[in-house]
Amino acid sequence: MEATLALPAINWLAVLPVGLTSILGLVLLALGLFVDDDETLGWVALIGFSITAIVTALLAGQKAVTFNGTFALDAYGVFFSVIFLVAGILVVLMSMTYLEGTGIPAGDYYGLVTFAIVGMIVMASATDLIVIFLGLEVMSISVYVLAGAWRTQLRSNEAAMKYFLLGAFATGFLLYGIALIYGATGSFRLDQIAAAVPTTTARTMLLAGVAMLVFAFGFKVAAVPFHMWTPDVYEGAPTTVTALMAVAVKAAGFAAFVRVFLHGLGGLHADWSMLLWVVAAATMTVGNVLALAQTSVKRMLAYSSIAHAGYILVAIVASGPAGGTAALFYLLVYSFMTLGAFGVVAALGETGDPNETLDDYAGLGFRRPLLGVTMTIFMLSLTGIPPLAGFAGKLYVFTAAIREGYYVLAVIGVLNSAISAGYYIRVLIAMYLTPGAEQTGRVARQPYLLTSIVVSAVLTVIVGVFPALWMQLARMGFLSL
Amino acid sequence: MSGMEQVPATGNVLLSLIVWTPMIGAFLLLLIPREQADGAKRAALVFSSIAFLLSLALWGGFVSDRADFQYVEQHRWIPDWGIQYLIAVDGVSLFLVLLTTFLTPIVILFSFGDVQKRVKEYFFFMLMLETGMLGAFVALDLFLFYVFWELMLVPMYFIIGIWGGQRRVYASIKFLIYTLTASLLMLLAILYLVGAHVRAGNPTTFDVRLLYDVALTPMEQGWLFAAFALAFAVKVPMFPLHTWLPDAHVEAPTGGSVILAGVMLKLGTYGFLRFAMPLFPVATVAATPFMLGLAVVGIVYGAMVAMVQPDLKKLVAYSSVSHLGFVMLGLFALNSTGIEGAIYQMLNHGLSTGALFLLVGMIYERRHTRQIAEFGGLWKPIPRWAAVFLIVTFSSVGLPGLNGFVGEFLILLGAFGQSKLATAIASSGLILGAVYMLWMFQRVVFGPVRHEENNALEDLHPREIAVLVPVVAMIVVMGVYPAPFLKTMEPSVKAIVARIEKGQARAVAADAHAEHAPAGHGAKKAGGV
Repeated sequence: MEATLALPAINWLAVLPVGLTSILGLVLLALGLFVDDDETLGWVALIGFSITAIVTALLAGQKAVTFNGTFALDAYGVFFSVIFLVAGILVVLMSMTYLEGTGIPAGDYYGLVTFAIVGMIVMASATDLIVIFLGLEVMSISVYVLAGAWRTQLRSNEAAMKYFLLGAFATGFLLYGIALIYGATGSFRLDQIAAAVPTTTARTMLLAGVAMLVFAFGFKVAAVPFHMWTPDVYEGAPTTVTALMAVAVKAAGFAAFVRVFLHGLGGLHADWSMLLWVVAAATMTVGNVLALAQTSVKRMLAYSSIAHAGYILVAIVASGPAGGTAALFYLLVYSFMTLGAFGVVAALGETGDPNETLDDYAGLGFRRPLLGVTMTIFMLSLTGIPPLAGFAGKLYVFTAAIREGYYVLAVIGVLNSAISAGYYIRVLIAMYLTPGAEQTGRVARQPYLLTSIVVSAVLTVIVGVFPALWMQLARMGFLSL
Repeated sequence: MSGMEQVPATGNVLLSLIVWTPMIGAFLLLLIPREQADGAKRAALVFSSIAFLLSLALWGGFVSDRADFQYVEQHRWIPDWGIQYLIAVDGVSLFLVLLTTFLTPIVILFSFGDVQKRVKEYFFFMLMLETGMLGAFVALDLFLFYVFWELMLVPMYFIIGIWGGQRRVYASIKFLIYTLTASLLMLLAILYLVGAHVRAGNPTTFDVRLLYDVALTPMEQGWLFAAFALAFAVKVPMFPLHTWLPDAHVEAPTGGSVILAGVMLKLGTYGFLRFAMPLFPVATVAATPFMLGLAVVGIVYGAMVAMVQPDLKKLVAYSSVSHLGFVMLGLFALNSTGIEGAIYQMLNHGLSTGALFLLVGMIYERRHTRQIAEFGGLWKPIPRWAAVFLIVTFSSVGLPGLNGFVGEFLILLGAFGQSKLATAIASSGLILGAVYMLWMFQRVVFGPVRHEENNALEDLHPREIAVLVPVVAMIVVMGVYPAPFLKTMEPSVKAIVARIEKGQARAVAADAHAEHAPAGHGAKKAGGV
C-alpha cells in the first residue's frame, strides 16, 4: 500500500450528541431565514433538544474514546450533556414567551443558544486541553452575542461588550496555562498529563500553568476574584440569556474544571487545593455578602450564583469520589432552582419595564399566586431549607468537605448559608409581607414561560425529597472519569 | 435485636398517620375555594382533631413500663447514605406528641375568630407546622430530624410575618435568622458525627440509636456538644440567646404565640434530652456547671424582666425565659428526678403559658390593647374570664394542687443533688415568679374598674369556653394526679440517665487507662485535650 496520512478512526457514537446538536443549530439558522413565526422556531428547538437529550441519555452506559483520545463518551459527559440540553429546553420555553416584543430575531437567537450548547457538550466530553479550549470558545462566542441580542437595550449592549472584553482576557489565560502545562508535561491529553505530573522536572512551570487555568475557569464559573463582570452582565443580558449563563455556562465551566483538576491534575491536589480553598471561601463570602446589599432581584441572583459557585468549589477542594460526586450533584440541583428563579424574573419583566426591584415584587404572592409559590420554592431551596433540592446539594458538599477534613471550610460554608437566608428571605418578605397591589391589570398569557417555571419547581421538590436516584447518576458520572 | 419492634407490632403505621394527617389536611385545605373561609376553618379543626384522637390511641397502645422505643417505623429513604425514615416514640416523646396534638386543635378553634385575612393560608401553615413539630419529636434518624426541624421554621416564619403585629417583618426575620444559623452548625456536627461512626468501620447511618455508641475523644465531644447545644439553646431559648423570643412572641398572632411557647420551645429542651446529652455524655457532664449557671441566670433574669413589663404579652413572653430556665435546670440535674420534673414542666409550661397567651389574646380582641395599665377590676365585668385567668396564673406560679407545682418540685429536688447553690438561687426565682404573676393579676383583675370601656366588656363566648376548658381541665388533672404521666416516662428517662452515666464512666475508665500507659502516649493525649 502506498503511504497515506493516517487519520484516526472516528467513533460516531461518541460524537452523536455534539453532531445532533450542531445539525439542530444549522437547521434553526436556516429556518430563521424563511419562517417568520417565532413560536414555530421555538418548537423546532424544543423538539430538537428533546430528541438529542433522549438519545444522549440512552448513551449513558456506553464508553468510547475517539479523535486520538481527545474526546470521550462517558457517563460524565452524558451527565453534563443532559443537564445542558434540559437547561436548553427550559431556556427555550422561557424565551418563547420572553422574546415577544423584544425584536430579537428568533432564528438567530435559538441557533446561538444551540451552538452555545454544542460548545458546552464539547467542554464536558473533551479529554484534551485543546479540545476543551475549542468547546469553551464555541460556547463563549455564542454567549457574547446572546448577551447583546437585545440590540435596542443599552444595558444589553454594555453587557455583551463587558463580557466579551473580559472573556477574551480569560481565554488568554487559558491558552497561556495550557501552553505552560504542555511545556511541563509534553502533552495536551489529560491522561498523559496525569501520567507525567509525578515525574516532571519543570514543576514551577507546571504550577504556573495550573494557576492560569484556575484564573480562566474561575472567570467562566464566576469565582471571586474573577467575578467582577458577573453582576453587570447578568443584569444587562436578556433574562433568558442570563438564565442560560447562570446555569449552563457555569455548569460547562465546572464540567471542564472538575475533569481537568480532579482527573488530569489530581496528582497536584496538595498544591492547587490551597489556592482553591481561598478562592472557595472568598467566593462564598463575597457573593453572599454583596447579594445582601442588592435591591434588584436579578442582580441579587447574579451574586447568589457567585456564592453557589463557591459551594461547588468547596466540593472540588474536598476532591476524591465524594467531592467530585458532590460537585456534579450540586450542579444538577443548582441548575433547576436557578433556572426557575430567573424564569420568575422573566415572567415579571415587561417590554420597557423589567420590574426587577424588590419593590416590584411587593404583594406578588397574592397577586400572582403561582409565581409566588414557585419563587418561594426556589428561594427556600437556594437557602438550603429541607426537604428541597438545595438542601440535599449542600448536605452532599459539606459531607464531602468534612469527610476530607476541611472543617473550617465547611463552617465557612454553613455560615454563608445563614447569610444567604438574609437576602433570599427578603424576596419572600416582598412577595408576602409587603403590601402591594393585590389585583393585577392585564397579565399577558405566558404559557411557555410558566411551564418552564413549574417544571423547574417540580424538579426542585422531587430531587430534594428523593435525592437517591440523582445522586446515583452523579456518582456514575464522576466515577466514569 | 432487642425486640424493640415487637411492642407494638411492626408494620403499625399509627405514628406516621399522626404525623402526616395534618399535612394531608393542609393540602386538602388548598382545594377549598377562597370564599368558603368557614369550610377551611372547619376542615383544619377536623384534621387536627383526628391527629389528636389518633395520638390518644397511641397512648392507649403504649406499653408504659418499657424503656425502649415503641411504634418503630423504619424504611429506607436515601440508601446510599444510610438515611432512613425512622420514627418512634418513647416515654419522653409520647407526651410531647400528645401536647402538640392537644394544643393545635385548641389553637385552631381559637383562631376561628382571631384570623380575619387570608384565612385559608393561615390554617394551611398551622397544619404544616403541626406536621413539622410532630416529625421532629418522633424522628430517630438525625437527617430526618433535621428535615422536620427546618420544616417548622417556614410556616412559623409566615405565621408571624403575615398575621403578626406592627413589627412583624422584623420579628419574623429575626426568628428565622437566629434559628437557622444555629441549626446549620448542628448540621455540620451531625455530618461529623456520622463520619466518625463510619471511620470506626461501621456502615453509614443517621440512626441515633446506633450513633449513641460512637467513640469520640473528649475534645470532639466538646465541639459537637457545643454545636448541638447552640442550636437547641437558641430554640429553648437559654439566656443570652433569648433575644428573638420577646419579639417573636409579641408580634406573632395569638395562635402563633401559643404554638411557639407551647410546643416549639420544647423542641429545644427535647433536643438536649434526646440528642445533645446522650450523644455526648462526657461533654454534657463537663458543661453541667456552665449550663446550670445559664439556666439559673435565665430563671432570675427572665423573672426580673417580666416584672417590669407594662405589656401583658411581653410579660408572658419573658416568663417563658424564666420557666424554660427551670426546665434546663432539671435536665442538667442529670438524675431521673430532675429530668422527669423537667419533662413534666415542659408539658406544664405548654398548658399554662399557652392558656395565658389565649387569655391575653381574648382580652386583646375586645380592647385592642395589652397594656396592663389599661385594665383593672376586670373581675366585675368578665368574671368567667377572670376565674380562668386566676387558675392559669396559679398554675404558672406553681401553686400546690395544680400542675406547675409538681414539675418545679421535682426539678428542685433533682437539682439539689447536683448543685445546692443553683437550687437555692432558682428557688428565689420561684418567689420572683409568684411576685410578677400575682402582681400582674392584681393590677388586671382586682380593684375598681378604672377605665369606662372595661365595664362594657363581654365575658367569654361559648367557643372561647370550649377553647379554655380542656386546658384548664388538664392543668387540674396533671396537678392532682401526676402518677400516670411520671410512671410512663420514668423507664425512658432512666435509660437516658443510664446512657449518660455509662458514657461518662467509659471515658473515666479510658482516662485511667491512659494514665497508666507509657508516658509518650499520655502526653499525646493531654496535648489533644
